[in-house]
Amino acid sequence: MARTGPASTARRTLLWLAALIIACTLAVGGGVLAGATTWAPKLGLDLEGGTQMILAPKVEGTSNIAAEQLDQAVSIIRQRVDGSGVSEAQISTEGGRNVVVSMPGKPTDEERNLIKASANMNFRPVIASTDAPSGAVPEAERTPEAELPVPTAAPLNASDPNWVDAALMKQFEATSCINPLTDRPTTSDADKPIVSCEPDTGVKYILGPVEVPGKWIKTASYGLQSGAQGATTNQWSVQLTLEKPEGADAFKAVTQRLYAKYLANPNDPQARFAIVLDDSVVSAPASQAVITDGQSSITGNFNEASSKALADQLKFGSLPISFEIQSEVQISATLGLQQLEMGLLAGLIGLGLVVIYSLFQYRALGLVTIFSLVIAGVLTYLAIVLLGWAENYRLSLAGVAGIIVAIGQTADSFIVYFERVRDELRDGRGLVAAVENGWARAKRTILASKAVNVLASLVLYFVSVGSVKGFAFTLGLTAVADLIVVFMFTHPTLQLLARTKFFGEGHSFSGLDPKQLGAIPLYRGAGRFRTPEETAAVVKGKNVRAAGEAERRQTIAERRLAAKEAEMVGSKGAGAAQSESSDSKESK
Amino acid sequence: MKSFATFGNELYTGERSYEFVGKRKIWFSIAGVLVLLSILFPLLGGGFNFGIDFRGGSQFTISAVTHTDVAIGEAAVAEAAPDTAAVVTNVAGDTMQVQTDRLSDDQTLAVKDALKSAYGVTEDHITSTFVGPSWGQDVSRQAIIGFIVFVLLATVLMALYFRTWRMSIAAMVGMLVVMVVTAGIYAVSGFEVTPSAIIGFLTILSYSLYDTVVVFDKIRENTVDITKSERRTFAEEVNLAVNQTLVRSINTMMVAVLPVASILFIGALLLGAGTLRDLSLALFIGIIVSTFSTIFVAAPMYSWLREREPALAKQAKKVQQRRANDAVAVSTTA
Repeated sequence: MARTGPASTARRTLLWLAALIIACTLAVGGGVLAGATTWAPKLGLDLEGGTQMILAPKVEGTSNIAAEQLDQAVSIIRQRVDGSGVSEAQISTEGGRNVVVSMPGKPTDEERNLIKASANMNFRPVIASTDAPSGAVPEAERTPEAELPVPTAAPLNASDPNWVDAALMKQFEATSCINPLTDRPTTSDADKPIVSCEPDTGVKYILGPVEVPGKWIKTASYGLQSGAQGATTNQWSVQLTLEKPEGADAFKAVTQRLYAKYLANPNDPQARFAIVLDDSVVSAPASQAVITDGQSSITGNFNEASSKALADQLKFGSLPISFEIQSEVQISATLGLQQLEMGLLAGLIGLGLVVIYSLFQYRALGLVTIFSLVIAGVLTYLAIVLLGWAENYRLSLAGVAGIIVAIGQTADSFIVYFERVRDELRDGRGLVAAVENGWARAKRTILASKAVNVLASLVLYFVSVGSVKGFAFTLGLTAVADLIVVFMFTHPTLQLLARTKFFGEGHSFSGLDPKQLGAIPLYRGAGRFRTPEETAAVVKGKNVRAAGEAERRQTIAERRLAAKEAEMVGSKGAGAAQSESSDSKESK
Repeated sequence: MKSFATFGNELYTGERSYEFVGKRKIWFSIAGVLVLLSILFPLLGGGFNFGIDFRGGSQFTISAVTHTDVAIGEAAVAEAAPDTAAVVTNVAGDTMQVQTDRLSDDQTLAVKDALKSAYGVTEDHITSTFVGPSWGQDVSRQAIIGFIVFVLLATVLMALYFRTWRMSIAAMVGMLVVMVVTAGIYAVSGFEVTPSAIIGFLTILSYSLYDTVVVFDKIRENTVDITKSERRTFAEEVNLAVNQTLVRSINTMMVAVLPVASILFIGALLLGAGTLRDLSLALFIGIIVSTFSTIFVAAPMYSWLREREPALAKQAKKVQQRRANDAVAVSTTA
């Protein structure tokens, strides 16, 4: 009997599940042995405490920082912190001056530098550039060692090709500005040339040293370009204003040199200067005039959005906010162990109630629910530990609550499934067939409803920041664990159980007793459901165990019949009350 | 005692039937009143009690303390400024940090004194400052954008899966009711809105839609061949589907709500105010409201949106025609 197809498939599926759990356990075990992780999940800031850093933003040239700039600083830091995992760091301001970052665990030096670093904008002249998006030059085609450029003299100015030495040339050829991108540093020495990319176009550059640092940019705006007669044209442009006198003077010197090259050859890369943000080229316009008053206009293939973006970047870069870590201290958990312990205790009591309720509702089948929940719990736990290791995922109290709600949603998959199986039994099918049919229908429902949860978690994960992101992660995690359990454990187990004597013969404690479910053989010629009268009629004859109820049902049937007759006498042709549902409404 | 299984049997066959669709005017009215109250109450009663994470507040730092007990600080603040909830944290060894709602100057002094004597430190070991919100506008903005994108995508997903946009509309209406009523109960209870509460709120939204999809899938199953059948009208089939999934709805609600309720009651009794209570309250209310909203709002709404379609109206006529004939047959045999 056990050699039938579904049974062996079921057994194989269970083995796969066991293999999955063992593989995850081994992965975690390996991590623990290697000292890279622990058996306990990583906890969030509220439960475990962490590190609190007070950062003082420093805007060059001024000691005051406006509220707007502080908000900007908070959002810059949040992006940087969120970029390094799902740890739900808290970022706030203090005293209208400082930014306070609270993050679980201890930040690594890398993370600390990432947080401190400023957005660094400046202008560098172009020494060389490619014409098109460029990847790395293939090894075979690279310039041989002997032919690499050797500077012949000290560079005269920032555009001088003498800046390019052998090392820089090698770096230039090895760098790729198209996927896969080469990792490049984001903070370089302002006095040295760099190799850079323009992410929007994929063009590769060698740039000279910084000639106009970002702090000399006073402001930038965007709008439609005015023509020679003062009439507005259709061309979008960015207006750049530099600080006087340093910025204006420096820019005058640059544009004088570059304009001369532009006159000689408008396509000379050395006639261009690059606007560089964090060592990436934002834009590299050619110098088409000598700018003497620090008022420059950048034109090109702009539309409204791209001109606004460049103007914002110039403005933003003109406030190069860097951060100084004023203090870095360990902080205790804000909620404390008591909250976590109580939460876990309450969760366990709740789980106990669920167990009692399931057993009461589904008898022996309730045990399947409980085992399924246990397996879902084990999978979720392993996933949390593994993700804590790989992604710095940390469990906050909100996450714990999300998992507790997930108990309900996970159990719901089983409830939907069991109810469908019971429906099939009520239609008079044998248990084995009922399990297969019920599953086919329940599967659709489960997949459709979990799709909603997975969608919610994906969208919120990719769009939101901070603790909402962490929540989305937990939601997605539990939905996936649930799907694995219902497909790989609950259904195969039920398939196997359906073939046992206890369940197959419908023991009254199995939770699938056809008699308790009022099952009757399928009524020939009827559709999916029997009418109440039919059911009642058959139950009356068949169900000896529930004789009292059958009697009651009969009374209902009789009452209905009487009602119909009465109605017939009253009004001919009006809708008769076959069931007590909305007939009366329909006939109005 | 009548068993729950028998209850399920009767619901399945249609022998026992609750008029979720038929009496929808009543249910819609109740839902409408609840929604209205939920909107009016926060408007008239001063709105939501947003916590320090949203509004910013006052922060005290006490250094060189002898005890790093969190409870001492909480008690001191509770005495000096009874209206405010304090978050006390032990920072780096012998420093305590106390955050409260934004206090007036007088209150700040009072709290400062209370903390000073509670922790037994001198004036120069305690400083106060204002802190900004940690749940800033950027977090809210991204959360709202995410929510809107999710709702749009979920609408499309459901419309594609169910092959009718009306189900999406009905499900979204049900979810909006859950949202507004849950928020309204928050406003009425005056519980502090914390980031945890918002997370709980988002959990509820996904739970609500999830619950609706389960019931709607049964409706889809029952009504897929509706025009070929003369057994029941569309509205009756929808009502039958809701009744047939009623056992599942009750069981799921119980299973989901039991752990949450135990956290809510145990947490609130033993711990008093705190994140756990705030969070579990949102979940507790939300789960129950979601279950009811699916049954009493979303499903009847769907029926209402569709039953006047010409094909379905024609089918309803045919059903009544057949019933009239059956009734004649019954009266002749009787």
